[in-house]
Amino acid sequence: MLQGTIIYGFINSVMLLLVALGFNLTFGISGVANFAFGALYITAGFLAWIGLNTLGLPYWLAGPAAVFITAVLAGLLYRFVVLRVRGLVVSEVIATFGVGLAILELFRFLGFIGFEYTLPEMLDLEVSLAGVIVDGQRLAILLVGAGLTLFLWWFTRHTRTGRAFRAIAQDEHTALTLGINTERVATVSVAFGAAYAAVAALVILPLGTIAVNEGYHVLVNALAVCIVGGLGSTLGVVVASFMIGFAQTFTATYLDTSWMMVVSLLAILVILLARPSGLFGSQKQLEERI
Amino acid sequence: MAAQDTSKQVTRRRERLDRGIKVRSEDIYALNSWREALYLLAPRALPVVALVLLQLLAPEYWQRVLISTTVFALLAISWDLAASSGMVCLGQALFFGVGAYLAGIMNHYLGLPPGLTLPLATLGGGVICTVLLLPVLRLRGIYFAMFTLILPLMIERIIEATKVFGGTEGLSGLTPFSHPLWESFLTMTALWVALFGLRRIMASDYGLVLKGINDNDRAVMSAALNIYRYKAQALFLASATGAFAGAFMTHSYRFVGMPVFALDYSILPIASAAVGGLGTLAGPALGAFILVPLSEMLRGLGGLRIVIYAVLLVVFTVGLPEGVFHYLRRKYTQFERWTEVGK
Repeated sequence: MLQGTIIYGFINSVMLLLVALGFNLTFGISGVANFAFGALYITAGFLAWIGLNTLGLPYWLAGPAAVFITAVLAGLLYRFVVLRVRGLVVSEVIATFGVGLAILELFRFLGFIGFEYTLPEMLDLEVSLAGVIVDGQRLAILLVGAGLTLFLWWFTRHTRTGRAFRAIAQDEHTALTLGINTERVATVSVAFGAAYAAVAALVILPLGTIAVNEGYHVLVNALAVCIVGGLGSTLGVVVASFMIGFAQTFTATYLDTSWMMVVSLLAILVILLARPSGLFGSQKQLEERI
Repeated sequence: MAAQDTSKQVTRRRERLDRGIKVRSEDIYALNSWREALYLLAPRALPVVALVLLQLLAPEYWQRVLISTTVFALLAISWDLAASSGMVCLGQALFFGVGAYLAGIMNHYLGLPPGLTLPLATLGGGVICTVLLLPVLRLRGIYFAMFTLILPLMIERIIEATKVFGGTEGLSGLTPFSHPLWESFLTMTALWVALFGLRRIMASDYGLVLKGINDNDRAVMSAALNIYRYKAQALFLASATGAFAGAFMTHSYRFVGMPVFALDYSILPIASAAVGGLGTLAGPALGAFILVPLSEMLRGLGGLRIVIYAVLLVVFTVGLPEGVFHYLRRKYTQFERWTEVGK
């Protein structure tokens, strides 16, 4: 019982981590608001579904194609819609949220609701971990989660583009004087974050159906993890995912599912009160409170 | 001409100058002609008269829409007041919901009439929300915003989990207003009192301090002003405005339940502000009067309604980032002309 809870808590945490990584990349690391994140996640799921079922493509083609198209779509969206209000924080948030709302509700209107909208599992096997049966898809989640986290950590520290992502959040004007085209970097960052969302969708969605409402949940979860972990910190996102993931699984098991949200929200409130910029936030004290 | 200019070097630019009538009627206070008096009065009196006429002449369905629009306009004003004092709040639903539940509880358990619950819920809601947010008044910018975003969501979940105040069912069968006209004129009066009263406060020295906190809080501190006092007072004004809106809706719908803490009540005021223009109080109210009826008009389209609404929202915010109110005010008070550059 306890072993099962711990193992499923671990998997739940990695799922949160997967979802939060892309959001953290765009919103946390490069400081670009992308509240259409949940919509992009669902878009990737439906794109893969269309590729597999309507067009009959093989999985190795439909999966990467969905990731690529989602990234390009997000980049174009940012370049041609949101870039015009860059710097006006409220307008940025409203514009991206509006785009996300439009995409999600369009899927609902077009009738993408039902149990037939599922993605195939990636690994068809079952493994016994410490006496608990874990299916292949959850194993895939663990592997992909670890891989993406390491890649993000490496990418934002050791590549030119990754360092530019961090630069535009730290000081946009200095970044400009160093020859970084901040608008292009912001666009690339949005596209990159969308690609992460798409990969997360491909590995997580096979566990259930592709539901429009999931898009909203994904956004709230990603936001929560990024706040608790601290904007811009990859390590913070990892730790925060595990805190919230385990807290959710344990309350669901030992208390009641209706307390699940209360516990994670309470965790966020306490963190915000005690350490506003999160566990590993890199903000200076005066930025967060006065 | 314009197409040529972009290809070659820019040789002219648009110049904006205040209209003479604006300068005369505002700076010198020489209101010695009807024209100048009207110039000042018209933009303030016209909306008031128009709203009264609409309320009396519109069909009954649209009268209801007008009432809920006014309520959302109040929420938008409350948002803008907090935002212009340096507190960007993503949880207007907190103010709305606390006011709504207070009125519902007082009416359901104590049997108080709306004449008592409305003022009590307004004051009580203001006090409760201010006390709830006192610990985070020191937080700035996005951190304050995140806290206020989470708080109403959590209260909603707590009500669901503990099943207090009717739990998921809510409290229904509450006392309605005695007459629909009384209902509509009450909201309208509240709207104008809040709009003109708070605008007057923001234009006074007191309001200058609040705006100063928004622009640079440390500079205000260095002037030996206690910014937490000011912030708490602004928060009380804003949350009392929001709580009134909630308490009113409770009696208008004769129901209060978990939906009053829903995200809609947090998002719509912000969307109104983004459409109408920040920092003027009138702008967000105007935004609410654009967005709420728009969403009602689209109701016939069924599922496509939210899609079109969201797209229009994006078009408004991206196409007119300064906001409708700022745009209109610019056109009203200034004229534009092309001038030669670099000669």
